[in-house]
Amino acid sequence: MKLTLGAANAAFMSVTREQVAKIASLARIKVDEGDLDHFVPEFNAILGFVEQLGEVDTSSVEPMTAVIPQKLRLRDDVIDADPLTGGGKQAEVLANAPVAEHGFFGVPKVIE
Amino acid sequence: MLRRVSGGKMSNYRIEGATGTWEVVIGLEVHAQVTSNAKLFSGASTQFGAEPNSQVSLVDAAMPGMLPVPNRECIRQAVRTGMAIEAQINAWSRFDRKNYFYADLPQGYQISQLYHPLVGKGSLTIEADEKAGIPEDKVIGIERIHVEQDAGKLMHDQHPTMSYVDLNRTGVALMEIVSDPDMTSPAEAGAYIRKLRAILRYVGSCDGNMEEGSMRADVNVSVRKVGDTELGTRTETKNVNSVRFVMQAIEHEVQRQIDVLEDGGTIVQETRLFDPNTGTTRSMRSKEDAHDYRYFPDPDLLPLELEQEFLDECRASLPELPDAKRARYTGELGLTDYNARELTAEVETFARFETLLAETAKALGKPEAKVATPVANWSLSVAPGVIKALGDEGDMANATPERQAAILKMQDAGEISGGQAKEIFEIVLKTGREPDEIADTEGLKQVSDTGAIEEAIEKIMAANEDKVAEYRGGKDKLFGFFVGQTMKAMQGKANPAVVNQILKDKLG
Repeated sequence: MKLTLGAANAAFMSVTREQVAKIASLARIKVDEGDLDHFVPEFNAILGFVEQLGEVDTSSVEPMTAVIPQKLRLRDDVIDADPLTGGGKQAEVLANAPVAEHGFFGVPKVIE
Repeated sequence: MLRRVSGGKMSNYRIEGATGTWEVVIGLEVHAQVTSNAKLFSGASTQFGAEPNSQVSLVDAAMPGMLPVPNRECIRQAVRTGMAIEAQINAWSRFDRKNYFYADLPQGYQISQLYHPLVGKGSLTIEADEKAGIPEDKVIGIERIHVEQDAGKLMHDQHPTMSYVDLNRTGVALMEIVSDPDMTSPAEAGAYIRKLRAILRYVGSCDGNMEEGSMRADVNVSVRKVGDTELGTRTETKNVNSVRFVMQAIEHEVQRQIDVLEDGGTIVQETRLFDPNTGTTRSMRSKEDAHDYRYFPDPDLLPLELEQEFLDECRASLPELPDAKRARYTGELGLTDYNARELTAEVETFARFETLLAETAKALGKPEAKVATPVANWSLSVAPGVIKALGDEGDMANATPERQAAILKMQDAGEISGGQAKEIFEIVLKTGREPDEIADTEGLKQVSDTGAIEEAIEKIMAANEDKVAEYRGGKDKLFGFFVGQTMKAMQGKANPAVVNQILKDKLG
């Protein structure tokens, strides 16, 4: 989807090329140098759109957290009550790991 | 977060530097593992020490399509903890995602509560401790308690080129308990953690086992010149796991910051690591970027809304808390401040004391307040002394409350002396025999039979006529001589009170 809404408001809040690079790095998404210039106006268009939403007076409107009225359900404190969300799945949990040894995931050494 | 300094009397902790006198501002973030069977958002077990990755559900491993469902018990325990520190409980709270990448966090984010924590402002009181430089009781503010997921465990020493990851701890519920920056010395920080630990253990919301990592603290420290009103830049030392280490980390960090500032440098707001082997802290440079967590409300979880009925149950289930218990011990039970403090410090200690107190009161047919002091002395000094001296020879299972109460009953009736009580308890610990039977069979009873004691005293007086005359002539000190002789003649088994009375009568 191409966002063009609120381009006029983009001046209120905008990102720099460096900020886009940092956000990509924090999210572990590789963005080539050449693509950064392309992302800056896209980010700004999104921010402008969100700022435009701020023009609506919502001071008397309850925040909506779900489109259908429902409440958060809680679970009972019972181990492995539902096999789908319980433990005892070592083999399955490790199945996709590039390296698994002695029941552990093996990852490149990370040490402080 | 706005940092404020509390009013009231400050501790006397000051550091003389080359350029002036410095004071310290400390805030603590304590992570306490919530006592529960299953994890915060899945049904996997929280049991410590299991096979690696055997207690990991597909939710914890962040498999696509899995959704978190909060464990009611974890929420309940956090609410009860909040009530125990008289905090505001937020019946409406929400979970947020804290985003970062690390090998111990399969989701790529931790589910936590930034904007709307479950528990708001509360406080606890640390007790005055002159020796530690805490001149009077001090209220330490608690900013908030929120509920969040623990991360997994990384092991770096098992393989030359790889780190091993165990996700058993991933998703276990933690309470993050954030204090205000109200502490001004390492001793106050130590007292705060000990008090918090006691409250958590009384409530039963955390086992407080610091060795197993059930409680660990992030220590925020800054320094400033005495008289300055602005706070200095703080550093945060992560994951310190004992009271002693927290105090060491503060001492080291305070000295380091003063050295940097007095050399004309500036303190960098940063995350640091504590090294228990050297007692020093060092910068954790890799986390420089990590403060950009890009929190946002977790779209997988609706807001957490608690019913009044749930909150009522939480409050009704709270036990008597440390401050109230101590006040009752010194007030109602008439114990000394020292005894009350010692007895209420640990859950196990007061539990044993209260059981024995009830048992002894029952055995003697007296109200608890009448027997509390001897039971307290027995629990705090006599019994532990015997148990320690016996070491492996004794079996604690033999020391039932009934048997200990039977010993205290004989002592109360004057049938046995304090020394005999210890001897009997020693035999109880070794053999599990009954105290009454031991006292009879082993001859461990003191004689209160006035006839036998009178007879012994008459013999001694006859054999020491000169001393009797001296005593009657005003040499009062000789009374001790007659007591000693009588006890010797009775082989130490005479009731001292009875001996004293008869001697007084006979010597005139």
